[in-house]
Amino acid sequence: MAKKMHDTPMLDQLESGPWPSFVTGLKRVAQEKDYMADVLGTLETSYNTRKGYWKGGTVSVFGYGGGVIPRFTELKDENGKPKFPDAAEFHTLRVMPPPGMHYNTDVLRKMADIWERHGSGLIAFHGQSGDIMFQGVTSANVQPAWDEINELGFDLGGAGPAVRTAMSCVGAARCEQSCYDEAKAHRTVLNNFLDDIHRPALPYKFKFKFSGCPNDCMNSVQRADMAVIGTWRDNIRTDEALARKWFAKHGMHELVRDVIARCPTKTIQIKPVADAQTGPTLSTVALDDQNCLEIDNRDCVRCMHCVNVMTGALAPGKDKGATILVGGKRTLKIGDLMGTVVVPFMKLETEEDFEQLVDLGQRVVEFFADNALEHERTGEMIERIGLVNFLEGIGLEVDPNMVSAPRTNPYVRMDGWEDEVAKINARKSAA
Amino acid sequence: MSEVAQAPQAAKAAPPTPRRAKETGVPDNRQYMHPALIRNYGNWKYHDRPRPGVLHHVSHSGEEVWSVRAGTQRQMDVYTIRKLCDLADQYAEGHVRFTIRSNIEFMVADEKKVAPLIQALESAGFPVGGTGNSVSMIAHTQGWLHCDIPGTDASGVVKALMDELHEEFKREEMPNRVHMSTSCCEINCGGQADIAIIVQHTKPPKINHDLVANVCERPAVVARCPVAAIRPALVNGKPSLEVDEKKCVCCGACYPPCPPMQINDPEHSKLAIWVGGKNSNARAKPTFMKMVASGLPNNPPRWTEVSVVVKKILHAYKADARPWERMSDWIERIGWPRFFEKTELPFT
Repeated sequence: MAKKMHDTPMLDQLESGPWPSFVTGLKRVAQEKDYMADVLGTLETSYNTRKGYWKGGTVSVFGYGGGVIPRFTELKDENGKPKFPDAAEFHTLRVMPPPGMHYNTDVLRKMADIWERHGSGLIAFHGQSGDIMFQGVTSANVQPAWDEINELGFDLGGAGPAVRTAMSCVGAARCEQSCYDEAKAHRTVLNNFLDDIHRPALPYKFKFKFSGCPNDCMNSVQRADMAVIGTWRDNIRTDEALARKWFAKHGMHELVRDVIARCPTKTIQIKPVADAQTGPTLSTVALDDQNCLEIDNRDCVRCMHCVNVMTGALAPGKDKGATILVGGKRTLKIGDLMGTVVVPFMKLETEEDFEQLVDLGQRVVEFFADNALEHERTGEMIERIGLVNFLEGIGLEVDPNMVSAPRTNPYVRMDGWEDEVAKINARKSAA
Repeated sequence: MSEVAQAPQAAKAAPPTPRRAKETGVPDNRQYMHPALIRNYGNWKYHDRPRPGVLHHVSHSGEEVWSVRAGTQRQMDVYTIRKLCDLADQYAEGHVRFTIRSNIEFMVADEKKVAPLIQALESAGFPVGGTGNSVSMIAHTQGWLHCDIPGTDASGVVKALMDELHEEFKREEMPNRVHMSTSCCEINCGGQADIAIIVQHTKPPKINHDLVANVCERPAVVARCPVAAIRPALVNGKPSLEVDEKKCVCCGACYPPCPPMQINDPEHSKLAIWVGGKNSNARAKPTFMKMVASGLPNNPPRWTEVSVVVKKILHAYKADARPWERMSDWIERIGWPRFFEKTELPFT
């Protein structure tokens, strides 16, 4: 039996309304745990004063340097004693999820049981970096809780200046747009960086994210230091039965408005069946007996739009793989940076392909560790030293696919221009 | 497989040695995955949405799977987790997954199980929706509940907003999907979104000069400032830091490495609304979101002023954008002056 609940008139107002209420959840656990009664007291105080009351510190599990987010209360009375003594410590364990965040009820129940025994009884599925957040545990209970979570087959994620927990989309498990085995890439890459995850020793955080297609459901281009985004090289595949079904349901107006007019390069056209062409770079599919779609894949930028609208009727090609981008991040400190392409296309099928991906990741992280300033993200480092120096540092050749537009400024030294052109041409003809 | 942690030198009167971690890394997801997903791994052909909240995937093998998506409160108490497990065992097939926006998905291989599952979820208080062109659950951060530098409580903002947008979660009536996020400081852990609600500080940090020397690594703090507004200084005879308040952009970057530089302020830490972030490459390249409203009060427990602006933007978008236009596509087409006209927000 827990102690009397503190009055929480502010939080109580978040119990009404149709959306599931975290306050109701907190109160339910507080009936059994003094700990959570005092967490509610702390949170209610924040709602009244509009201030946060947790500070960091140092808490870890045996053998690891990271993965626990320590929180100690700063809400103290005039004698320096915590106002809510049962919630003086409220640490979080970051635990890496399985790729695609699949669970069965057995493992979820076991997690809940462990956290009811040792922690607050509050688990977030998931934090913004993808971790299962076991929120709220005292310093004394961190190790016992971790021991049980670890025995269940789970491992701590990253925190601080470390390789961080990664995320991957549902991908091949349940999506027709998947262009590589996201889960395999996720596990293979991350499990080669366990030392860098568990023992923070980098200049700053380093995040990997894995999206199976250019829809980039993992938001990797904007926030992963190394983004692996699926794509394909050959022609968009077509399925006439599904194309006819789509057209019969949606009609000509929707086809023109939602598919033809929305193609960014206008490479998709509607044509009379009689005028349909065939060729090695064309994808053609009949919509009915009069009309067909024709896509010149040389002009297609693999944006996914038509494939999203006419799922199955149009599909990514067969020669699939991934594009690798480096340097995405949000604001601090020089503003937003979008990931930049460093490998336009790599196959991810054989064991050797995955080894190459790991190898590339290692070179990027190593270069980052050696060259970034303290608290500088990979993208900021590249801005500072220049993409060409970065590419040279990780041993990648410059490729025209990395350039979004030719230069607008003529003040540039042209020494060695012919040599560079010859190199690119030689690489092209060798490919 | 992985290197074992190096044991520290054993202490003299050794307490029982703690258990050594098994560095198992990312677990294999196949042990938890629905069997139909394992059987058709990498072999899916297409999908459709028979109704909002339900995805129907068809494999090249002909096998089908229905996924029912429901909203959650993200930070869940063990009773909620067990309730979801009970529903999964009773109505689904004991397998679930979570989306990046903290929605839960139940997979079933039999269409007949879909309707009873939806019924059970809804009556247990979990709204079914969040698919296709709906307003999905808001990706959010920790806030006052757990963060060490929060300006607000993301969970509260999200709960208050999702109460208001609940019907849009359950319907698919938007021009395209709407992804939202909230963040409790300008670091923006919530991430890029069609609409984002982010704390915006409006005053330079208040410095407790008695504490700086003992708590902060001063050169590191100086280096952290994006506009070089911080410099070392002696204040009342003590080494401390001072801020050139004219230069300061109130970003709060100095606060995490130096807590005596308090940036959060009950009055002057405001909320701002950003629009038009998009990570997908579909139709146009990915975009970063832009700030379109600021100075909204940080007003718990329901942040009404924020809801008003968010709903204005959503309603204008819903009424005016064409099918498949994301927020960014719509604004790109109509231009910013028209965006502000249509949303009735001041163009500042």
